[in-house]
Amino acid sequence: MRQEAVSAAHFALEARNISVVLGGLKVLEVSSLQVLPNQVLVIIGPNGSGKTTLLLTLAGLLRPASGTILYQGQAVNSKAEILRLHRRVAVVFQEPLLLNSTVWDNITLGLRLRGVKKEEIKLRANKWLERFGIAPLAGRQAKTLSGGEAKRTSLARAFALQPDVLFLDEAFNGLDSHSRQSIIDDFQDVLGEAKTTTVIVTHDSSEALALAHRVIVLMDGHIRQIGSREDVFSNPVDEQVATFVEVENIISGVVASNQGGIVTVNVGKDAVEAVSDYAAGEEVTLCIRPEEITLAGLRATSSARNSFAGKITRLVFFGALTRVEIDCGFPLVALITKRSAEEMNLDKGKPIYASFKATGVHVIKR
Amino acid sequence: MDLIIQGIIQSFWLLVHGDPAVLRVVLLSLLVSGAATILSLIVGVPFGVVLGLARFPGRRFLISLVNTGMGSPPVVVGLIVTLFLWRAGPLGVLHLLYTPSAMVIAQFIISFPIIAGFTMASVQQLDPKLRLQIISLGASQLQMVWLLLKESRLPLLAAIMAGFGSVISEVGASMMVGGNITGQTRVMTTAIVGEVSRGQFSLAIALSILLMILVYLVNLILTIIQQRSKPR
Repeated sequence: MRQEAVSAAHFALEARNISVVLGGLKVLEVSSLQVLPNQVLVIIGPNGSGKTTLLLTLAGLLRPASGTILYQGQAVNSKAEILRLHRRVAVVFQEPLLLNSTVWDNITLGLRLRGVKKEEIKLRANKWLERFGIAPLAGRQAKTLSGGEAKRTSLARAFALQPDVLFLDEAFNGLDSHSRQSIIDDFQDVLGEAKTTTVIVTHDSSEALALAHRVIVLMDGHIRQIGSREDVFSNPVDEQVATFVEVENIISGVVASNQGGIVTVNVGKDAVEAVSDYAAGEEVTLCIRPEEITLAGLRATSSARNSFAGKITRLVFFGALTRVEIDCGFPLVALITKRSAEEMNLDKGKPIYASFKATGVHVIKR
Repeated sequence: MDLIIQGIIQSFWLLVHGDPAVLRVVLLSLLVSGAATILSLIVGVPFGVVLGLARFPGRRFLISLVNTGMGSPPVVVGLIVTLFLWRAGPLGVLHLLYTPSAMVIAQFIISFPIIAGFTMASVQQLDPKLRLQIISLGASQLQMVWLLLKESRLPLLAAIMAGFGSVISEVGASMMVGGNITGQTRVMTTAIVGEVSRGQFSLAIALSILLMILVYLVNLILTIIQQRSKPR
């Protein structure tokens, strides 16, 4: 008992046997979940699986019908304990949710509510305005900001709180692709430095997954799988999870060289070529969409810069498509039509060549 | 035609010279309607916030009452207040009938649902997630309500305008519970009615002009505040 209490204190947040009921329906049931300090936990799952409900419950914004949320090992039950939890976390929603006031007022609001001293507020607000590149906007009315600027403001507002746990609920959705990329880049840099404990909810963001230390797959209000990113993506526990996570191949590697915008990234014993600006030595994550990968029985020359020999480890058929899991030193998932799979006589254990173009690889800095 | 011109000339005279009777009537109008509006704000804003944000049994019924109250005819309100304050009525011992206090009570009953209803609508038009965002920033319940009210300050100003506008220009209830007693319960609207019924148009015209100016000024001030807090 005592030992358990001690170890529980090592978790930033913990959920024990929680169930959440909304409108008479049980929408979430989680027996055990820990948020580890200084780690990024990414919760994925289809729409309506209860991801946002789980996030709100962990952040103390939604009361579970039963069960306990523990913050640093201590149960959060009373109003005072809930308020205390609110004052230690920060939440960024999909909508920037700024108040009708200046950018400065918005960024300092949480700090003022938390009773931070005036000089400290000034210091922190300026730091994070600067960090997210919106210092010139400090005096602007929030209503006049563009979508990207508003998002930067809401991120700066969250980081200025220096939260023990940062929650992001589909925070990068609904932005145009240009500002989305630049905001995500900044966010990743900041998170890399600050090492903030983070819980991210997303249904499709490969960028968020690139940051994940641990991934939770949530379906129908239940946790189907918890594990490292590699775990979840190369060893989905069941067909449903496998079908859901077919979105990307996500592979960690280190840039070995960069020649005129073409990088060679070492992935285990292999090397992958990709288009990117990162310099040698950078730790990166490679994302390759399964439909970018072509399979061949024999190694053939083509314009594709990457070709790897491997073995088929699993075949999953769904509808007109087939998901082929391949081990070629690192795990790779290809998505091909059922007809191709049949014509090629694909089978488990069969040797295969997987190839993809250098332009088909999306490189993200870790 | 002569009547109108005569009336306007005489009313101008009354206004320019600051006739004490006119002044007294205007002052009482402002006092009674101002007090009723302030009371309605004190009670109506929290009531509207609770109706707009909280979920409890009987809420829909209360909302329907407020909505009905927003359109309730002043004469009916006047009759109800009179019945209660009548010497033999339930509150007759207070001896409030035909006093400015009775007029404040009646006008409060008229403006309260308007301000509660507007408050409810203005907090409800905010993104429900904004509440979660404010709470997650570390606001207590009270701080959250304060921030939400601040956020809906523009529609709230409209509530004040509508509330004050409805009672300053109301005549039925004030006439019934006040009695239009000269020097005691005579306000602008009741005075206008009284003067016209006696065929004395000049004072009625003068008071009407003043009433219009007053309503215009109040709305102008509120509009300026409202427009200033809007983004340029």
